[in-house]
Amino acid sequence: MQDLTQQILELVRRTSTDLPADIENKLRASLAQEEPGSAAHGALETILKNVALARKNSTPICQDTGTPLFYVHYPEGTSTRKLRRMIQDAVIAATKKNYLRPNSVDAITGKNTGDNTGDEHYPTIHFEEVDEDQPLTIELMLKGGGCENVGAQYKLPNVGMHAGRDLAGVRKVVLDAVYQAQGKGCAPGVLGIAIGGDRGSSYLASKETLLSKIGDENPNPELAAMEQQITEEANQMGIGPMGFGGKTTVLDTKIKGLHRLPASYFVSVSYMCWAYRRRKMTVQGDEVRYD
Amino acid sequence: MREITIPISDETIRDLKVGEPVLLSGVMMTGRDAVHKWMNDTFIKKTRQPVGDDLEVYEAIKPILDGGVLYHCGPVVAGVETGEYKFVAAGPTTSIREEPYQADVMKHFNLKGVIGKGGMGSKTLQGCQETPAVYFHAIGGAASLIAQCVRRVIAVHKLDFGVPEAMWVIEVKDFPVVVTMDANGNSQHMVVDAQSQKVLEELLAKA
Repeated sequence: MQDLTQQILELVRRTSTDLPADIENKLRASLAQEEPGSAAHGALETILKNVALARKNSTPICQDTGTPLFYVHYPEGTSTRKLRRMIQDAVIAATKKNYLRPNSVDAITGKNTGDNTGDEHYPTIHFEEVDEDQPLTIELMLKGGGCENVGAQYKLPNVGMHAGRDLAGVRKVVLDAVYQAQGKGCAPGVLGIAIGGDRGSSYLASKETLLSKIGDENPNPELAAMEQQITEEANQMGIGPMGFGGKTTVLDTKIKGLHRLPASYFVSVSYMCWAYRRRKMTVQGDEVRYD
Repeated sequence: MREITIPISDETIRDLKVGEPVLLSGVMMTGRDAVHKWMNDTFIKKTRQPVGDDLEVYEAIKPILDGGVLYHCGPVVAGVETGEYKFVAAGPTTSIREEPYQADVMKHFNLKGVIGKGGMGSKTLQGCQETPAVYFHAIGGAASLIAQCVRRVIAVHKLDFGVPEAMWVIEVKDFPVVVTMDANGNSQHMVVDAQSQKVLEELLAKA
């Protein structure tokens, strides 16, 4: 198979330095909602200036270039072993070019590997096989530590919040997660929520919901309504950009349901900061397209 | 907007109020998780003996931190291989992780401010009153923009902690921050927390 290391390096560069249009547009719309002269307005103005500067200079939007999370859909017959090698090489090259900060440290000793290599889980790569006539796609999400740290997992029922095992209960614990996060996850954020699964699959799915665009409609009308309600109510809390206070706390909410055991009802919340870095490349024959 | 040059006097610090935007200029140092733990264990609580260049680094950073500012930041730095360092991206990191250490570090080194994001807790707020010092909030994620305020890298200590965790001594010009915790016991974070908690309780009481 063809060597795609340079093309994947370009995917990393774009992801780290060029914020997708749907997010930038949403941030711009939020700026218009905030009071001119307020700290919230100032924060969003600075954020938008930074987005433009990072794009122009091809420098990271945020210095925390996060955990590189790759989602690969490969046509039947492709070597995932070779793809993994190319992705690792591209990540090493991207670190040398300062598109990525050396972010991988040994769990026990804290020693930094210096080039974003690590054990078999770093960088994180998810492989999914598709039919052989389908293109190879590689999606990359860079998720920083600040927002990852404010993610949360709840188990329903939750007596303290009077949250039962239904969507009304889901709503309550998600609002609690937004309150607990305050500005620490670099608000305004986007909420990726998975209901069900086991503890592990639930968290994974909560991140995968973040691969869709802001404003993409949930095919389940009940979940679509709940997404809208949570976004509106989260914004009533007034936490605001950076936690300075203000109208914009959550930009969007995405919910997905997973089959679960009758005994378990998990709600997992992945919080994505405003620096919502995700990009996709599609390889068809010799042609590579970036979205 | 108020412009402040580092080192900062106690008088200036006590005069700063929550909500006030400030442009900072002068020499400051970065330090985050590994640095706070190292300072605390080696020189404040003294639960470990200084080893290697610990004492040498301690003597080198003391005059920078006396009346100075510590920045919670793990930057992206170009030129690590050549030693011709340049800050590429340098926004603030989440400060609350340093809550166990911050007040002691402020007092020990006579810091006048820390810069970070997300705010800090009651122990640090009390440390701000006693030292005196303030918490400056930078805009999280605004890394390319803030890197432009960094005029030069003067020195780096403990690079073996890794690029994000090392102590980078930098000269900045017009670094934009907002005071969110002052030396008079006020915290914007506590205000927003209390207000949002009230709304949350109302929302939870519904349905």
